Order: sequence, then structure tokens, then C-alpha cells
Amino acid sequence: MSSQTNQKQASLFTETLLQSRRNFLRKAGASTFSATTVALLAGCSTKLAMADSGSSANASVKQDIRILNTAIGAEHEAVAAYQLGAESGLLVPDVLKVAVKFQGHHKEHIDALSAAVTKLGGHAAAAKPKYNFPVSKLKKQKDVLEFAAGLERGAVSAYVGAIPVFDNRDLSAAAASILADEAMHWAVLRNALGLDPVPEAFYS
Amino acid sequence: MTPSKQNVLIKLRHLKPSPTSMVLSATLLSCLVLLTNTAHAGDPLTGKDIYNRCIGCHSFADNRTGPRHCNLFGRKAGTVQGFDYSDAMRNSKIVWNETTLDAFLKAPLQNIPGTIMGYAGVKNDRERADLIAYLKQASGSSECK
Ligand code: HEC
Repeated sequence: MSSQTNQKQASLFTETLLQSRRNFLRKAGASTFSATTVALLAGCSTKLAMADSGSSANASVKQDIRILNTAIGAEHEAVAAYQLGAESGLLVPDVLKVAVKFQGHHKEHIDALSAAVTKLGGHAAAAKPKYNFPVSKLKKQKDVLEFAAGLERGAVSAYVGAIPVFDNRDLSAAAASILADEAMHWAVLRNALGLDPVPEAFYS
Repeated sequence: MTPSKQNVLIKLRHLKPSPTSMVLSATLLSCLVLLTNTAHAGDPLTGKDIYNRCIGCHSFADNRTGPRHCNLFGRKAGTVQGFDYSDAMRNSKIVWNETTLDAFLKAPLQNIPGTIMGYAGVKNDRERADLIAYLKQASGSSECK
């Protein structure tokens, strides 16, 4: 995955943050669209500039940053897990291709989420120097696929749990878009394992 | 009914009724009466399934995005070695047991403001009781010794 693509994704994400405001403005019939957007953004930075004033708006921004950073932490772990799988020598070429592709998606999630943290005035979480993976239990391709499927399943639940607690709804929308991707990974991995790819109508 | 489906139905219960949704509410209500159960002895077997919601961040054996869950019961919150907790968790003075876990897992961000566990919680009382029964069983199992 080229870093250029990643940057494009990240800016698409920032774009999404602005989109709902635009839609709102359009509905409200605002003709001085860009000027108003600029004003709103200025309002947004004022809110962020009060970062140390202890206001409640500021407390919710800080909470959003914490939620984002925990999600980023989990995404970093997924990238490292796919790296382990890719380097295991246990994957046949076609499966390896898919694993590397999914890893690329997780990297793009990190870029997008990190861009949001920066925009909110925070510092994005970095990858850990070391992850504890059940390496000794990975002996064949099926083990690697089951391991990856578990991580993707967990990621789906993590985003289901994060979406309702963001103060900023644009972040919820962005998290929902990531959730959809991780759910697809999970379904594809289940399919590769010979399991029913989509066993239920609802997931918590 | 699957736990996830129950969850969706229970969330729907909190929606404000509009005239057109009244009929739907009546139908839902008959389902929900069956689901509502306050004094429920947790079932660890069902709880194991609920724990799948936690495995994106936790495992029993290892610190991951969240701290390890081995030996959770009786432990002071925020004290697993090598895990980088929030100050809020470290200073919470909570000791984990059925009661404290019930309050935390219902609404982590309200229970410990400032926690980095960015997760809405397990809102269903019965699911939470099952989950806690499983946490108790598995966190004290031989795998954790
Ligand atoms: C998005 C990742 C994430 C998910 C999902 C998640 N947790 Fe956590 N959990 C964390 C983090 C991060 C911490 C550390 C919190 C802090 O320091 O404020 C934590 C802390 C905890 C603690 C306190 C442990 C201690 O050592 O004091 C318990 C108990 C816990 N989680 C249980 C659960 C259970 C049960 C679930 C599933 C219903 C769950 N968590 C889901 C990330 C997560």
C-alpha cells in the first residue's frame, strides 16, 4: 500500500468530518457555503484551543481522542498480526495476497484515525515495540486464518462499542465505515475456513 | 434468540414511541417481557460467547490493547505489571469483584471518567451477569495459574 494512497484515505476521512456540516448547510439553504464552512471550522478550532480551560466541550474532545487512540492501538496490533502471518511461511500465495491486502486496510485505518486525533489536537498512539501473539499455536495455514478471524471479530465488537460513545458524530460515522471493512474481512476469513461467512443478522 | 439480537431489541425499547411505531412497540414488548430478568445467576457458558466482544482488545493470558484478565477477581484496578493504564483507572481505588465489574461493564466511561477503554458497555443485565460469571471462572482457571 503506497503512502500516497494512505494519505488520500486520510484526507478522505477529514473530508467526511466536514461533509455532514456541508449537507446541513445545504439543507438550510445557505448560499455562502464556503464562507460559512470556514466560520464553522474556526468555531471548531476555538473549541479545541480551549484545550486546557477544563470546559465540558473540551472534556468530550479529550474523551473522543482517548477512544480514537485505543482503536488505533488495536489497529496497530492487527497490522503486526498480519505481518506475523505473512512472514510465517504457512500461507499459500493466494491467501498471502489477501492477508497483505487486509493488512493494508488496517494501515489505512491507522492513518485516517491518526489524522482525526491530530485534527482534534491530540497525539496519535504509536505501535508497541512488541506484541504478545500465540506464536507457538500457529502451525498451519488454518491456525493463522483462525487467529486473524478472531482479531477481526474482536475489532467488529470494538467498533460497535465505540460508535455510540463518540461525542462527535462524524467520528461515529467514520468508525462505522471502518467497522464495515473489518466485518468483510471477518466474513472472508470465515469463508476461507469453511465456516458460514455470515452466521447472524446482528452483531454486538 | 441470539445475544446480539436481544441487544438490538433492548436498545429499541428506549426509542420514544411515535403513533406509527405503537403497533411495533406492542409486538416488541411481548418479546421483551420474556427477556427482562433482573435476578439472574450468571451462566459462564453463555458468558463465554459474550466475551467474544472483548477479544478485540483483551485476552486472559497477555496484555494487549487492554490488560490481561487472568486473576482479575480480587485484584486492584490498574495494577497489572507492564500495562500502561490511564491515570483514571490507576487512581480509581476499585477492587474487582462481581459488584464493581457489574457497574464498570455496564457503562465504563461513566463509571470511571477518563478511562481509555472506549467502549459503550454491556447494557443488558442478564448478559452482564453471564459475562461476569465467565470472567470469574476463566480468570481463575488453570490456564491462568
Ligand atoms: C476497544 C478496546 C477494548 C474493548 C473492546 C474492551 N476493553 Fe476492557 N480495557 C481496555 C483498555 C484500554 C483498558 C485499560 C483502561 C484504562 O487504563 O483506563 C481496559 C480495562 C479493562 C478492565 C480493568 C482491568 C484492570 O486490570 O484493572 C476490565 C475488567 C475490562 N477492561 C473488561 C473488559 C470486558 C469484560 C470487555 C468486553 C465486554 C472489554 N473490557 C472490552 C480496552 C478494551
